[in-house]
Amino acid sequence: MTEIGNPVRRREDYRFITGQGTYTDDINRPHQLYAYILRSPHASARIDGIDTAAATKAAGVVAVYTDKDMAADGIGGLPCGWLIHSKDGSPMLEPPHPVLASGRVRHVGDPVAVVIAETLGQARDAAELVALNYAVEPAVAGVAEAVKPGAPLVHAEVPGNICYDWHLGDPGAIAAALGTAARVVRLDLTNNRLVPNAMEPRAAIGDFDRATGEHTLYTTSQNPHVIRLLMGAFVLHIPEAKLRVVAPDVGGGFGSKIYHYAEEAIVTWAAGKLKRPVKWTAERVESFMSDAHGRDHVTHVELGLDRDNKFVALKVSTLANMGGYLSTFATCIPTYLYATLLAGTYTTPVIYAEVKAVFTHTVPVDAYRGAGRPEATFLLERIVDLAADELGVDPAELRRKNFIPTDAFPYQTPVALQYDSGDYFSTLDLATKAADYAAFEARRTEAAGRGKLRGIGIATYIEACGIAPSAVVGSLGARAGLFEAAQVRVHPTGSVTVLTGSHSHGQGHETTFAQLVADGLGIPIEQVEIVHGDSAKIPYGMGTYGSRSLAVGGTAIIKAMDKIVAKGKKIAAHLLEAAEADIEFKDGQFTVAGTDRAKSIGEIALTAYVPHNFPHEELEPGLDETAFYDPKNFTFPSGAYVAEVEIDPDTGRLEIVNFTASDDFGRIVNPMIVAGQVHGGLAQGIGQALLEGCVYDKSTGQLLTASYNDYAMPRADDLPSFALSTHATLCTHNPLGVKGCGEAGAIGAPAAISNAIVDALKGHGVRHVEMPATPEKIWRAIHQQQLAAE
Amino acid sequence: MQKTVSLTVNGKPVSATVEGRTLLVQLLRETLGLTGTHVGCDTSQCGACVVHVDGEAVKSCTLLAVQAEGRSVKTIEDVADGDTLHPMQEAFRDNHALQCGFCTPGMIMSALDLVKNNPDPTDREIREYLEGNLCRCTGYHNIVLAIKAGAAAMRGAKVAAE
Repeated sequence: MTEIGNPVRRREDYRFITGQGTYTDDINRPHQLYAYILRSPHASARIDGIDTAAATKAAGVVAVYTDKDMAADGIGGLPCGWLIHSKDGSPMLEPPHPVLASGRVRHVGDPVAVVIAETLGQARDAAELVALNYAVEPAVAGVAEAVKPGAPLVHAEVPGNICYDWHLGDPGAIAAALGTAARVVRLDLTNNRLVPNAMEPRAAIGDFDRATGEHTLYTTSQNPHVIRLLMGAFVLHIPEAKLRVVAPDVGGGFGSKIYHYAEEAIVTWAAGKLKRPVKWTAERVESFMSDAHGRDHVTHVELGLDRDNKFVALKVSTLANMGGYLSTFATCIPTYLYATLLAGTYTTPVIYAEVKAVFTHTVPVDAYRGAGRPEATFLLERIVDLAADELGVDPAELRRKNFIPTDAFPYQTPVALQYDSGDYFSTLDLATKAADYAAFEARRTEAAGRGKLRGIGIATYIEACGIAPSAVVGSLGARAGLFEAAQVRVHPTGSVTVLTGSHSHGQGHETTFAQLVADGLGIPIEQVEIVHGDSAKIPYGMGTYGSRSLAVGGTAIIKAMDKIVAKGKKIAAHLLEAAEADIEFKDGQFTVAGTDRAKSIGEIALTAYVPHNFPHEELEPGLDETAFYDPKNFTFPSGAYVAEVEIDPDTGRLEIVNFTASDDFGRIVNPMIVAGQVHGGLAQGIGQALLEGCVYDKSTGQLLTASYNDYAMPRADDLPSFALSTHATLCTHNPLGVKGCGEAGAIGAPAAISNAIVDALKGHGVRHVEMPATPEKIWRAIHQQQLAAE
Repeated sequence: MQKTVSLTVNGKPVSATVEGRTLLVQLLRETLGLTGTHVGCDTSQCGACVVHVDGEAVKSCTLLAVQAEGRSVKTIEDVADGDTLHPMQEAFRDNHALQCGFCTPGMIMSALDLVKNNPDPTDREIREYLEGNLCRCTGYHNIVLAIKAGAAAMRGAKVAAE
């Protein structure tokens, strides 16, 4: 019986619902010390002196370290994993990113010193005794301000604060296409800065084994092997063989736990120096000022249409905030994960994007759920709705008119990607039917009778997931491969351990991957264990992000199972005295074709480990195979979302009265888990649209939203229940036909909500409401003409 | 300043010497090793640390350990009856009401408090009650379903017992 497609209850849940999960902060090592990190209270300042003498003498303090101590040990800076070249061919400017601030701080929260003591309380108390002499300098927090002439420079060696000035497409072709377009629709918009806010704050424990010389780092990471590679090779210069990185249960990531952070290097280095374990756990305020933030684009977009309302040209100019330093994958987000998605679901033939990546005195910005693709989708789906409004046509019809036809796949976009499969008409039909889109105007009228403004908004999306073909990303500047590894170990009595390089921090891999293996090897799911998150156990791994785990990590498991089956056939042929070519494998049985002579996979496994009657001249004993899988292409999940909102014009208060989502994720292994992923993504997308916004004071660079009192996290009563559906076109280039589902909700929801708001405010001359569309912004939009007159 | 505090935790008397500034959640996690109760923020907003004190849901980051003197504290570790899950725990699993699991112990402790006072809550009542518990993974959709299902199962169990 196949397990694929079953809503199997999650195998990981028992430990979490009983309080038995093991998150990093739940781990305590014998004789452990505690680190407290002293962070800059200023956005921009020169450090004129750090006096640690009093803190060093304080009760319980074992050490106080600054950048000088790290420099003395030859500690390197935090690396950036993707090299972007500017329009003129020059490489991006890549200033140093010291682990501890060196001579200057560049954002509030920049780590300056670390105090290590017997207890956390002692470390915190002593940190107050560190005397820091700052010369505060002018700061710049917003991208528009940072590129103005005379703006404060974040790095002296980066003129104009511009890391790179990149483009994709032909500037001449776009000028010509827009020049001959019958109509050009223009919009300026901001994609608001977000703080990822996984509920588990980051934590790290460094440990050092004096007997073996091995370093161990326990860390809240989505990709422990990547941390081992980056920290070992670039920062601490520890060979992989002497460095173990463990990412145990991790309480959410959403991108923010991909990157190699300073604290990981600090505790690993300090534990080696002090020969005692060193533990650090972020307070939430530290999460706000040290976890990589997301989004933060300022964009101008122009869409050209011909007389038949076909899109003929799209031009996008974006300023993307990098923050004070380049985080691990910061540079690829507003380029290859953004501009390459600007075709969306449409046949637009000419597309041009130019992106300036800008340093500011803010926390580094990097991938956050969706990463570039939400920004692309938001501007595209906003400008399409605006075009429909200017043309006076139905936004659903305008989309259908411009969709890539379902028979046009594989479809080469003008922005580098080739979509392998999709059916945008079906998901739009499903979502609009479920939303009763056709009868909306009656509901608008009914709401108007109650004094409410009701609006409906559509967004379609495409995303590039299953990240990524290594050769392709290498040619675009990636400094890493993006394959995945898996080991399938069939034990002598037939149970199976799978070691996967994917990492689960809520995605349910222990269940979904077990379903794959139960299906692939024809054994009960109870006999399968999935192991992840430990570089000492797993052969290798690139980790989990970019909705890649099933498409890439799952495929690696399939490939390893293929090897198991191939070897099993040889063993079965020997035992059954048949030709290998005649052996078939199905439902856990190796059978001689056309006969009832068979051996179960359990019998084959036992033979492999007790090889008394075994083809030794041809095979090695054992049944344990490893596969590395490098994807052939990205995968392209797509879908359509419909939001319906009702606004109180007197207060600007908004209620989401209906939200329907229809997604194409290819084949679905566990529909229960997939629905959960969509729910969570939608919540984050709606959070971006209505609630969340990271705010810096423009003049001082102070972070004004640094706690849950100030940053509006979506709460249960802010959100509706969701109506979901799926329509599958299979991915053509992985054996499962899967596409990935983790980011979709966060990609499609912001535009659907924003379009619904603008639709509700029809008649008030509103073209756009910036996110988060708080009641105040909505109220001001409704009353803007009146306010302007006053 | 060190103080001794004596209380009942999960039905067992415990006594510990703590600093005056030690929070109840630190006593639970660090001194008693009950790491099922989590810390997700520093402003008493997220609810990952919810436990029951004398039967009431309390954010254990808002209480000093010494304030728990003589009181009875119940944590997520004591919700199941041995190997038998509580109906609310079962409901969270059946309805996929958790993903990363970090907020889950606090969610379940809050859900039990809600249902104790309101055995048959509506969706709206559940959503409003959960204002003090943040989840970043689930969008709350399945948590609402789970609490409804858990409440129904608890009502059923009560009827069966009577």
